[in-house]
Amino acid sequence: MHNEEERLSEVTIPHLAESLVSATLGRWLKEPGDYVKEYEVLCELNTDKVNVEMPSPMEGTLIRILVQEGETADVGAPICLIREPEAQTPIVSDPSKSIVTEGRYRDEPDLSTRYSPAVMRLAEEHRIDLRKVKGTSLGGRINRKDVLAYVRDGMNIQPATPPEYSAGKNEVIAAGFTKATSVPAAQERKEPASSRGPDDQLLPVTPVRKLIATRMHQSVSEIPHAWLTIEADVSHLVDLQQKWKDRFAEKEGIRLTVTPFVLKAVVNAIKDYPILNSTWSTDNIIIKKEIHVSIAIGSEESVVTPVIRNADRKTIAGLAIELDDLVKRARSGKLTISDMQGGTFTFNNTGAFGSLQSFPLINYPQAAIITFETIVRKPVVIQRDMIAIRSMANLCLSLDHRILDGVVCGHFMRRVKQYLERYDQETVIY
Amino acid sequence: MAILTYLEAIRAGMSEEMQRDEGVFVLGEDVGKGGVLNATKGMRDRFGERRVLDTPLSESAIVGVAIGAAMVGMRPIAEIQFADFIFPATNQIISEAAKIRYRSNNDWFCPIVIRVPYGATGGGGLYHSQCPESVFFGTPGLKIVAPSTAYDAKGLLKASVRDDDPVLYFEHKKCYLYISDDVPDEDYTVPIGKAAVKREGDDITVIAYGMAVHLALKAAEQLEKEGISVHVLDLRTLHPLDQSAIFEATAKTGRILIVHEDNKTGGIGAEIAAIIAEHLLYQLDAPILRFCPPDVPAVGMAPTLEKFFLPNVDTLKEAMRRLAEM
Repeated sequence: MHNEEERLSEVTIPHLAESLVSATLGRWLKEPGDYVKEYEVLCELNTDKVNVEMPSPMEGTLIRILVQEGETADVGAPICLIREPEAQTPIVSDPSKSIVTEGRYRDEPDLSTRYSPAVMRLAEEHRIDLRKVKGTSLGGRINRKDVLAYVRDGMNIQPATPPEYSAGKNEVIAAGFTKATSVPAAQERKEPASSRGPDDQLLPVTPVRKLIATRMHQSVSEIPHAWLTIEADVSHLVDLQQKWKDRFAEKEGIRLTVTPFVLKAVVNAIKDYPILNSTWSTDNIIIKKEIHVSIAIGSEESVVTPVIRNADRKTIAGLAIELDDLVKRARSGKLTISDMQGGTFTFNNTGAFGSLQSFPLINYPQAAIITFETIVRKPVVIQRDMIAIRSMANLCLSLDHRILDGVVCGHFMRRVKQYLERYDQETVIY
Repeated sequence: MAILTYLEAIRAGMSEEMQRDEGVFVLGEDVGKGGVLNATKGMRDRFGERRVLDTPLSESAIVGVAIGAAMVGMRPIAEIQFADFIFPATNQIISEAAKIRYRSNNDWFCPIVIRVPYGATGGGGLYHSQCPESVFFGTPGLKIVAPSTAYDAKGLLKASVRDDDPVLYFEHKKCYLYISDDVPDEDYTVPIGKAAVKREGDDITVIAYGMAVHLALKAAEQLEKEGISVHVLDLRTLHPLDQSAIFEATAKTGRILIVHEDNKTGGIGAEIAAIIAEHLLYQLDAPILRFCPPDVPAVGMAPTLEKFFLPNVDTLKEAMRRLAEM
């Protein structure tokens, strides 16, 4: 409140009555330059409840008016500045100034060997010699985070040289660790440093890898997963795709794959069973109105899930074009954060890398994820006990069992199958 | 969804419950003309004087009448004008309301809500600022809630009315007009006995209720700029305490600061500290700290005494920083 250089003190709106939070300035009785005595009336304040004359809390010269007549200010807000006379020394008794802060680095007792219960427990769990850990708390005390940082960092140091930290290095590590706030603690202490052989290679964890790890861990630890697989006859779908492939490439400059056809079938089925497009919150299940499908696009190192927004409003051709754009941008690393956000259901074309069946982890906090597996030409029994060579493919669904059960998912999957098998040469893709 | 003040949310909660259930009524000093704090404003016009019942200046009678009405199947909401005046009713609350279910071997129960406007707003002095929750805390048979947001204020009020046992509903007077947030128009309740994480952080945990939650959130926001990450747990219900939420919040950081406006000795913080020490010693990375007013009889009338007594964002922030560095 007190500016030492200028010796100006703020006069604030006092608390006038129960449950009043602001007051309106009625009239100034003093003007800048006037000398006021303590308790002399400065101005009039009006409120819903009372109108009062505001006495000056101090003696001095009124320097500046901060709230003009007719303006309203909150209780505690300054309304004018008063310069107190020279002789009067400013009273700065700020209880928030703590002795501890001021004496932070002076006269600190050495606390480097005083361990908290949490530190002792962690040291035991990870078999750590605490004498090797540098403490960053008051008096050099080792805290929980120091130990966790040490465990984490244990992966990165040369096994030949015993961990003897330079202060500088440790600071960097500690700072880096502090920032990685989203990584749950359980994950950090998964692997003790000692389980590494001398010839084993160490692969540093990239930020993307860490993010995937966090997400997957969250998914598997929070969502009770259940699985369902169906097989669909996609022969007609393949024929339809073959029919359009060249024309599409010529017209749009894009390779038409089976994915947009499958995606369309899935999205149509979601429209029939909107509960698949939902999310679990503590007391409710939130069924999302808009269908934004996350598409898993993998590379050698990682997988990203950009989103096709309002997928239900797009044609097969529209989906194909948008998919192509997402894949291209994913490969060239040009996806933005907003491309990745807002997904309500995930589709993964695992067939692209030859999988026949998978048990995908749900893209948290969605309710389900579906995969489309490799199309296999094989003999199957068709109507009237005939055997034919058909193009068959599995679709696998992982579901959040808190929200969904087998029956509704069974219906959903059957609907996906129906839509897939309903394609024919006449199906319009635009 | 509308933005309501904490005070409006309480009024909306009462009105909706009265609308829903004929057996719900309010009684208290001057409630007919709206109460001195405006909580029941306009309710007599809407529900009539038999359901918005003015009482004599006798808190023991207010609670006594409420208990009697509850015995014949009604669901009264008794207003104590200021928490400071609740003590004449203490016998009715602790010896009667809290014990009816037990004493009658579960034949009778006592569904009353006692609204208790508590806490300092500034300038209230000794008899308009007190926080008497620790007097009732630890009385088996009583439930105690203390919301910090308008959403919780309405949801907990409704839950309290529908609860079959006596609930002390502590409403912080400073929150009345100071706090407003989104409150759904449709019917909802906030479960009694459930705390809420108000902010995620991993350096220190602050456990608070009522106005102190807002001080903690503000301080946490400022400390974030210094690189201190603060986890804030709003208890919402004081009795029974949400132990699992307290354990989770403790395990998150291992550094606990409990803050309330009630005196330090024998306050809610003392019990929380004991629970943590009993169950989670090996998660602790620093001593459990409490930040509460000193053991002085009450908030002084003089602004200097008031400032000395009450926690504020600056002093709380300092305590939080000290814990983070410890």
